Amino acid sequence: MDNLGYLFAAYTIIWIGLAYLVWTAMRKQKANRKEIEILKEKLDEQK
Amino acid sequence: MRTKIALALGGVLMVVALVMVFIVVPTEATMGNIQRIFYFHVPVAWNAFFSFGVTFGFSIAYLKTRNPKYDFIAESSARIGIVFTTLILLTGMIWAKPIWGVWWTWDARLTSSFVMWLVYIAYFIVRSFITEEERRYRFGSIIGILGFLSVPIVAISIQLAPTTHPKAMIFNDGLHGTMLATLLISIFAMFVVYFLFVFLQYDNCKDAYEIAQLKKKLLKESE
Repeated sequence: MDNLGYLFAAYTIIWIGLAYLVWTAMRKQKANRKEIEILKEKLDEQK
Repeated sequence: MRTKIALALGGVLMVVALVMVFIVVPTEATMGNIQRIFYFHVPVAWNAFFSFGVTFGFSIAYLKTRNPKYDFIAESSARIGIVFTTLILLTGMIWAKPIWGVWWTWDARLTSSFVMWLVYIAYFIVRSFITEEERRYRFGSIIGILGFLSVPIVAISIQLAPTTHPKAMIFNDGLHGTMLATLLISIFAMFVVYFLFVFLQYDNCKDAYEIAQLKKKLLKESE
């Protein structure tokens, strides 16, 4: 009744799922901030 | 700063929870080691309910005030709620295979959880089809409110219909000592992960809104 393979699979899915989620959100945040800066620069140039 | 604090706290709590789950807590007598899935399956479920509750509350707030910030919070919370629900379904299936002998059965709790997952997938599909911001927020809020009906149905499904899903034992003196402590630490760890993600996603929604406004401004000035 050990089923360690199933247990390992469950925890791996949880960890990978949550880490991927946070990582993609942080990456998106960086990309957004960069785009905002570029757009603000463009607006300043137009003025 | 708040992201870094949440990241550090979440990391530490997750490690503590893992040590508790795999080393400290005793092995359950009838199911053996596979029962240890419970210490993450239940916290993920509770946090999914909480996430959709927040979506429900902030959807109402949006419809009342029309302040997009409330929709950003509702959307961010629903997003992690879907991830939590996906994890509920996956970890539940992994537990079911060795215990029930099947990965899935159309039992009341499982089916209602699956329907709840579909409802919130629909929430994002509908939003993705609407390009006009104000309409997207409005329709999103309406689904965020109506979709929340699925949450109490999942919660009470084991009382409403015959099910093979284990009955709630946390409030019925079914858990004691280290088992309860491990569960509470895992719940808190998931809670911190929830807040970390909502902070990040809220900022992303706000930034996406600002990008859209800046692009409109740029287009106007170039005309």
